[in-house]
Amino acid sequence: MTTPTTQALRARPAQASDRPGLLARFFRARRGDSPFKRLLIHLTLLMACAAAVYPILRVVSVALRPGDRLLSTSLALIPPDASLENLRDLLTNTNFLLWLWNSLVITITTAVVGVVLAATSAYAFSRWRFPGRNAGLIFLLASQMIPAAMLMVPLYILAVRLGIIGTYRGLIVAYSVTSVPFSIWILKGYYDTIPRELEEAALIDGASRLSTFYRIILPLSTPSLAIVFLFNFTQSWNDYLFARVILGNADRIWTWALGLRTLQDQFRTQWGQFSAGSILVTLPVVVLFLYSSKYLISGLTLGSVKG
Amino acid sequence: MDTFLGQIAPSLREVGSTVGFILVASVVLEVVLYLILGVLFKSKYTLAFMLVAPAAAGLLVLVVYPLLWEFNLSLTNMSLRHFGDKAEYTWQVCAAAEPGTIKNWFTDCLIPNYADVFRAPVLKQVYFLPVFLRTVLWTLVNVVFHVAGGMGLALLLNRPMRGRGFYRSLLILPWAIPQVIAVLAWRGEFHFEYGYFNIILTHLGLDPIQWKTSPFWSFFSMCLTNIWLGIPFMMVILLGGMQSISGEYYEAAEIDGASGFSQFRHITLPMLRPVLTPAIILGTIWTFNLFNVPFLINQNELETSDILVTALFRAAFQYNRYGFSAAFAFVVFLVLLLYSVLYIRFTGGLKEVTE
Repeated sequence: MTTPTTQALRARPAQASDRPGLLARFFRARRGDSPFKRLLIHLTLLMACAAAVYPILRVVSVALRPGDRLLSTSLALIPPDASLENLRDLLTNTNFLLWLWNSLVITITTAVVGVVLAATSAYAFSRWRFPGRNAGLIFLLASQMIPAAMLMVPLYILAVRLGIIGTYRGLIVAYSVTSVPFSIWILKGYYDTIPRELEEAALIDGASRLSTFYRIILPLSTPSLAIVFLFNFTQSWNDYLFARVILGNADRIWTWALGLRTLQDQFRTQWGQFSAGSILVTLPVVVLFLYSSKYLISGLTLGSVKG
Repeated sequence: MDTFLGQIAPSLREVGSTVGFILVASVVLEVVLYLILGVLFKSKYTLAFMLVAPAAAGLLVLVVYPLLWEFNLSLTNMSLRHFGDKAEYTWQVCAAAEPGTIKNWFTDCLIPNYADVFRAPVLKQVYFLPVFLRTVLWTLVNVVFHVAGGMGLALLLNRPMRGRGFYRSLLILPWAIPQVIAVLAWRGEFHFEYGYFNIILTHLGLDPIQWKTSPFWSFFSMCLTNIWLGIPFMMVILLGGMQSISGEYYEAAEIDGASGFSQFRHITLPMLRPVLTPAIILGTIWTFNLFNVPFLINQNELETSDILVTALFRAAFQYNRYGFSAAFAFVVFLVLLLYSVLYIRFTGGLKEVTE
């Protein structure tokens, strides 16, 4: 699964990419804002950036504080006696590595399973008008309205009855399935933009329906497959509710979200360790996100902006 | 460290067995479908059904079946006391009641849980209507600020200028970092003594605010956090929409001498509608159903800060009233369904869905 993903992230999306360039060139040729207006715009944007980033920098700052001065009323971002003590404590005194590992295993598995389930069904929804298709599509849309908390009660009781409370099994199956409706929508929208003539030509040449799917449709839709993978990945990586209900109290199998919350939650809050852990969890996701945000958006808006 | 290394093999084994189970189940399903549809009925949709089958089966087992089961549950008196044995919780809630004590058979015996949602407190003290109105207010405040903030930033960014990518990357950060972490970090900033806001207030010589015990400020802090979290998504979506508007429209408007505002009003806004409308609808549903922010900021402390979904969670997992919370869940779902149906009626959007 990794190869198509990385390929897709490198590949440029089909439509949106050349437009901003054109538009930008056009604007540059046409008008320049007055220097004062430009200054005002930059000032506003800088303030917005400060508001967006400052809370995050505060977390970094707390992570760097030595243990005896965690609770401080100082607003300095880099404490004068910065140390990595918290990071060391986190890695040695808690099960943080284990939580990270659990999250990683669960998330990768569910993202792969979710993409496979959605990719095949979306193809059927896109290319066949089978009986029940419209009802299915409406159901997929309506299922977006079900609050996750609503499924918690029955899923919890069913999980207790099946004896899968406190195991990964329930969580993996639940994650893989819950993101499927949204993924099907994205992928169906993308498949719809691929001309049918391509497949018809291949079918005439004697290829089977399945092989046209593998040889033509899937390679052409790698960008949207990557988007769906990324969505599934971030959704289960960031989930708290399902994990809390299904994984229960054994911290051996917790995901990082459950673990970090207990660090922050108790009466003697382990602020420093919480912050250090937050940074470790956040960095890879942010890098992935910034790198792929352009494609995320083109994938999201592709279905709605036609032409 | 040792626990970590010791856990690697068991966890991999567990994941492997789960994936194996999914694979085997899918193969069995496909073979059965092929035999029935392909061989027996010779349907031309065999392949389509086979492609849909695994996902459909998953959704049936994990969404449809639990929902039906929950509906059944909502008619019973199940709670922690009647958890284990099936015989311990029943539909006939007032089978044992004395004759003559039952005023209304329908609301007292058949759907007592649904009636309780409206006639008794849904939590310890708060009733349904205040929670519902608070949820509406919460949704409204958040969506309005998300759209306004996102639109403003997108308009500022939608021009050629130095440092555009830089601003964009920074502004996107609140969306990029995991929600749980962002919310917990914000919760820390509302700490009475060491939180950012109270430090500033004290520096200014003002009284610090009781963020966690005052109902108003608790709700305010939830909104503030979620507005911060939600603006980047709207900004990016709207920016994407703006960039797909052809520059010729603006050129024509410029020649006609249209002002910047009227260009926005008559070109940008109408052209953005295909992007803006679904974004607002989805944003409304997501905010209405948002669990992490209200739950993690409030952490089951103030009942007056609960919105419907967190009240639902609390009724089920703090007070363990399973039958009641199942009924409560259906009421919440119906509210959303009503909203969507009205919206679809209003816009006639269902055709596009199945096109």
